[in-house]
Amino acid sequence: MRNWKNIEFSSEELGHYSRHLSIPEFGLEGQKKLKAARVLAVGTGGLGAPMLQYLAAAGVGTIGLVDFDKVEASNLHRQVLFGASDVGRSKVAVAKERLREINPHIDIHVHELRLSSENALEVIKDYDVVADGTDNFPTRYLINDACVMLDKPNVHGSIFQFEGQISVFNYVNDKGERGPNYRDLFPEPPPPGLVPSCAEAGVLGVLPGIIGCLQASEVIKVITGIGRPLTGELFLFDAQEFSTRKVKVTKNKDNPLTGENPELTELIDYEAFCGLSSPEEENNESAVPEVTVQEYKAWLDADEDVQLIDVREPHEVEIAEIGGELIPLDAIVDHAGEISRDKKVVVHCRSGQRSADAIRQLQQKYDFDNLYNLKGGILAWSQEIDDSIPQY
Amino acid sequence: MATIIIPTPLRKYTAQKRRFETRENTLSGALEQLMEEHPQVRQNLLDDEGKVRSYIKLYIGDEEVNPDESRTFQLDENTEISIVPAIAGGYQSAEQPAEYSTG
Repeated sequence: MRNWKNIEFSSEELGHYSRHLSIPEFGLEGQKKLKAARVLAVGTGGLGAPMLQYLAAAGVGTIGLVDFDKVEASNLHRQVLFGASDVGRSKVAVAKERLREINPHIDIHVHELRLSSENALEVIKDYDVVADGTDNFPTRYLINDACVMLDKPNVHGSIFQFEGQISVFNYVNDKGERGPNYRDLFPEPPPPGLVPSCAEAGVLGVLPGIIGCLQASEVIKVITGIGRPLTGELFLFDAQEFSTRKVKVTKNKDNPLTGENPELTELIDYEAFCGLSSPEEENNESAVPEVTVQEYKAWLDADEDVQLIDVREPHEVEIAEIGGELIPLDAIVDHAGEISRDKKVVVHCRSGQRSADAIRQLQQKYDFDNLYNLKGGILAWSQEIDDSIPQY
Repeated sequence: MATIIIPTPLRKYTAQKRRFETRENTLSGALEQLMEEHPQVRQNLLDDEGKVRSYIKLYIGDEEVNPDESRTFQLDENTEISIVPAIAGGYQSAEQPAEYSTG
């Protein structure tokens, strides 16, 4: 952390922070530490939105924002930095405006980029604390490894449907003892597709609000040294049962960063580590026969005999549908007998990825040669053919 | 009766059941009973070699347990077993693989 002892406040700032200053354990010293601190929030979405509002309001002197995304309608039920009129705008630009409104006395640095192995060290190195509010495994492992390599504490929050997890990783206490990191807790990520996405499974809008606020609290504790940060422990919150648990996170001797035989000394290809393919590989991999929504519409208009299969989950059909027989992806191989072999069969889902996966499985197992993936799925159908179909 | 707390990602395979009560007196017996009653849990909890997957941790109370030693872990009436999987956040999936949008 930068030297906080010489930090000064204007009378406006003292007014803004007066309720902090009144807490004996916090006082002017805690507020100076906050103003001297530089916090990087990776992700300005569900977790980032509440966390950033509180960190800005609390007076963290420098806040960095990393995001490359634009605001979408489906963000609005949880990403409370954004409103309906922001749809289509850059998230970091809107976030900066809102945070400036909340507290004009702080500096906000925008990094409108996708955090990657190429840029992560450069972006993170100038900050004191990193708050991980991302939503996918490659970026979580990237942030973890970069924080260990750069010696930064990593305040981690994650969510799924009604459940959230939070911990402070790579925290060095005042005795110089380093706490565990994400790789100690989970050495490897789940293979892609095994854990359903929130696009498929959903997330309770208020849940990232709860977990993001807890992250903000931990960031403030790490900066000020007040209390005991959540290091060496994982906090679990289940909104359905209103149950909370804390479990211990212990160091793993096989951790490739901090274990007995550390072998990771530089950032790696995190997509490959997480079993995901690079965009080029993906293009090769997804070489299943495709049909565009325009072509499929033309087939329908010409009264061609086409079977349509929907491989989404039943609850998604309630949100939006374009017809077809529903056979969810995880049941598709078992129901191959219901799929025609003597006419064109169009397979679709929300965006075209699960349907491509379904076609690959059917081709490999049963040698189908009459299956076409609806390119872009229901989202493309809604954009190009029928805008009354909701996008979700 | 010991209780296994089912994490949200596995509830899809337990008919949304959040807790599983068992009279089995070892951890391995309790997990086996869970998987017998809810067969789809097996492939999501165990890998091809029958080991607990590396992105899932098992806890008794707040202490992590080594799944390889699960036969020796004795359960009593009040034992609470937690299955804790890695969760990523908002949109991790095959649908948006190589990128993060935000939780």
